[in-house]
Parts: sequence; structure tokens; C-alpha cells
Amino acid sequence: MTAEDVLVCGAGITSFARTEESGRQLAVRAVRDALADAGLPWTRVRAAYGGSDAAGNADTLVAELGLTGVPFTNVRNGCATGGSALVSAVNAIRSGAADVALAVGFDKHPRGAFDPRPADWGLEEAYGRDGLMVTTQFFAMKIQRYMHDHGISPRTLALVAEKAYANGVLNPRAWRRKPLDATEILASGMVNDPLTRYMFCSPGQGAVALVLCSRAVARRLGGTAVALRAAVVRTRRFGSFEVFSPWAPAGTPTSVTADAAQLAFEEAGLGPGDIDVCQLQDTESGAEVMHMAECGFCAHGDQESLIPFGATGIGGSLPVNTDGGCIANGEPIGASGLRQVHEIVQQLRGRAGERQVPGDPATGFTHVYGAPGVSACTVLTR
Amino acid sequence: MEGALSAVPSETGGRLRGSRCADCAVAVYPADPACPRCGGPAEPVALSGTGTLWTWTVQRYAPKSPPYVPPAAGFAPFTVGYVELAEGVRVLAVLDIRPEDAEIGMPLTIAAGDGVPRATGAVV
Repeated sequence: MTAEDVLVCGAGITSFARTEESGRQLAVRAVRDALADAGLPWTRVRAAYGGSDAAGNADTLVAELGLTGVPFTNVRNGCATGGSALVSAVNAIRSGAADVALAVGFDKHPRGAFDPRPADWGLEEAYGRDGLMVTTQFFAMKIQRYMHDHGISPRTLALVAEKAYANGVLNPRAWRRKPLDATEILASGMVNDPLTRYMFCSPGQGAVALVLCSRAVARRLGGTAVALRAAVVRTRRFGSFEVFSPWAPAGTPTSVTADAAQLAFEEAGLGPGDIDVCQLQDTESGAEVMHMAECGFCAHGDQESLIPFGATGIGGSLPVNTDGGCIANGEPIGASGLRQVHEIVQQLRGRAGERQVPGDPATGFTHVYGAPGVSACTVLTR
Repeated sequence: MEGALSAVPSETGGRLRGSRCADCAVAVYPADPACPRCGGPAEPVALSGTGTLWTWTVQRYAPKSPPYVPPAAGFAPFTVGYVELAEGVRVLAVLDIRPEDAEIGMPLTIAAGDGVPRATGAVV
């Protein structure tokens, strides 16, 4: 028996700008939008998976969506929450257990959120007391070493953020919609060398829902379904370099991102060279630079001859983060991974509006990375 | 009470107390009774007191309190980094050097203190 093909037949997203709405309210709206997009009623959903990091349990959404008895599984998996929900929904379709399944991710974080406590991470109190439990420090130290090893310049980091804000201007649902140029970004104040203030994303809010279905259902629905060819989640192996690590082993670090990306490409039977548009985790500028190579889209160091020449812009040879990524959309942890998939679905359907990649893109890729060393990747085709 | 971060007794001169797995030679800090690679037993070891800077950054703003406790004189930007030791372990430390002096590959001495490890410019 071969596994069922899995298609995305409906996609819904809220604005990622700050509002008074609760995370749950955002999630309900995203689910209703996704169902309307698919042309399916809530009663038709046979399995649902979802979660948030800090905005409540997804299964409580049945109170607003309708008490249909649908099995609804809560997922709370940090930055991989959306990816893990998606994998579960994919498996429900592939196994034949459901022919219509929902994945939903949502969150709402206050300004300056993310307060790690040493004990939660198995660390001595001293790491918090002495000022070493700061996530931005880790991102800075990872890209600092990468720039040393692979010849990446600070200006290239600024250009990544400049592109993110430029794409945000074109995305009506982005949070940051004001253009900023590389010079302003470099001058915005050093947070942790070499990263400046405007190179970072901020904790935010938003919700995304995707309706998945079998080939048979997609055929009946008509419309433009997009095939979800691979969806994988991996955790780190020994030797990786992660946030809040009192130590790391010597040698070239292993990468959970590389592991997840490779597995996703194998599952899809495609390679990085086949991809027309991608969304890569850009917690800050350096992350996007490193993830381009870790996912296999270029050799380490080649970013320096790609990014300054517009290769990752919407009209470039490999458009990256066409919706503005985390830098322009903010980081609602539970929603980010599905936002990326939503954007690829819109790009492959030719519905991305002003930020549409030219030339009818037919293949897309998404990548999430998060603490404490998790990565989720998908491959989608038209 | 003696915490896991404390130095080995003074005869080893404030050196960091780590552990090493006999089978895969993986050294870790702070000491851990189990090897993070194979899960086997690890033995305590006094780590080298000198190493080289693998990467670094500067904490330019005061981290959130709690958990951060600023010094009595108030917050001042400080340098942090990973110091690579001969045992094949990179140890996160506060670097008692000026930010403008930080350079990947520079030699440093590293020791246990009241809290996290602290490193300073090596005497050459």
C-alpha cells in the first residue's frame, strides 16, 4: 500500500501586527479563513492538531469552531509547534485515518517576552545571575564565528534585514511595514556584536491554519491545491552548538537544520537546486545567512556573493522570506512555522499579490529552527 | 554549599572542574556523571587553565532582572565568549577583557570563580 498524497487545500492567516485580540481569537479566525479558502465546513475536518507556546491550548478552540467530536490534539513543541502539528496532520492523511485534517498554530507574546529561568534549562543559577542567559548572545556568537570562518561582512547582515523590511512593505499582514536601509540598520545600535537592533525579530502575535486533504478530496474540491511533499521535525545530535550551552564540543558543529533539510529533500525526492522560493528561519539576520547554507541552498561563504547582488530578493535567483520573515512579521512562536508554509502555498498558487515571485514558481521549501536544537522543514510543489 | 561550578581545590589553582568519558574522550563542563554522547559513566577531571577564544560577543544592554544581578557599581557592557581548551571542550565564560581587544583565536586563561567561569588575557 502506498501512502496517500497530502495536499494543502486551504490556508488562513491573521495579521501579525499587534492588536487587542487574544491568541485564541486569532486562531479561530485563521481556522475559519482556512476552511473558507478550502471550501469545506468545520464538520468535514476528521482530525485536528495545533498549539501555541504561550496563548493556550488549541483543543479549546472547538468551543468556537463547533462541537463536532473531532479528535483535537494539542502540540506544545517550542519553535517546532507548528511543524509538529503539521507532521501529525500529514501522517493522519497519509495513513488514511483522515481525509481532511487541520493544523493550526498561534501565539501572543508581550513586548520583551521570553524570560528563561536557569532551572528550566538544567543550568546553575549563576548563568542567569551573571547575565549569560540571553538568547541574543547565542545568535551573535554563532554568526560571529561564521563570519570569521566564511568571510561574511556586517553589511551583508544589514542587507538581509533591509530585504526583510522591503518585503514587509509588500505584505499587508506583516507587522513591520516601514522600509529601512542597510545604513540605518547598521547604525541602529549594537545589541550583541555583530548584531544591531534592527537585525532582530521581536516577540509578536499571529495565527495560521492549514487544511490538508487527500488527493481524492482535492479532486472533488477543484481549485489550486498544493502538494505537501515532505514535512519533518528533527532534534539535535551530539556536537551541535545551541542556545544556553555552558559548553560545546570542539570541531565543526553538527546542525539540526542540515539534518532536517536533508531528510525533507530525501522524502520529497527533490534537492535544493529544484526549489523556486524558500522561507528560512530568520530570528536575526545572521540566522538567515547561515540557514541558506545549512539547508543546502549555497556553499558556506557564497552568501557574500549572493545577498549583496539581490539573489535572495523577490526577483532574485533564490527568493528567501518573501513575506518579510520573522524580522518583518515578528515571532509568535506557535505560528511562525505555519506562516512560512502559508506563504509558500500562496506563492505556488500565484496569489502572493505585490510580493509574488515572478515566473510561476512551482516548488517551495520552509525551515524553522529553535531552542534547544529543533528544526522543522517542508517541501511543497504545485 | 559547593555548587557544580566551583573550582577544584586550591592545589589545582582554580581550574574548572569538568568530566570526561573514558570511552569516547568527550570532555564536558560543568562536570556531569554521564557522558552526553554515549550515556556511559564520566570521570571528574580538572580542565586546562588556558585556551583560545573560539567566538565572542559583547552584552551591550543590561540583561533582564531577575535573573540577572548587576554589579554594585551598576551595569556596564561586558564581553562573553567560548574558550576552547585542549581537552576538546569550548567553555562559555565572561571575558574580563576590553571588547575592542576581543579576537577569535586569542590566548586566554580561564578559571572558576564565584559564579560562571571567567577568562582573561593570557600572560605571554
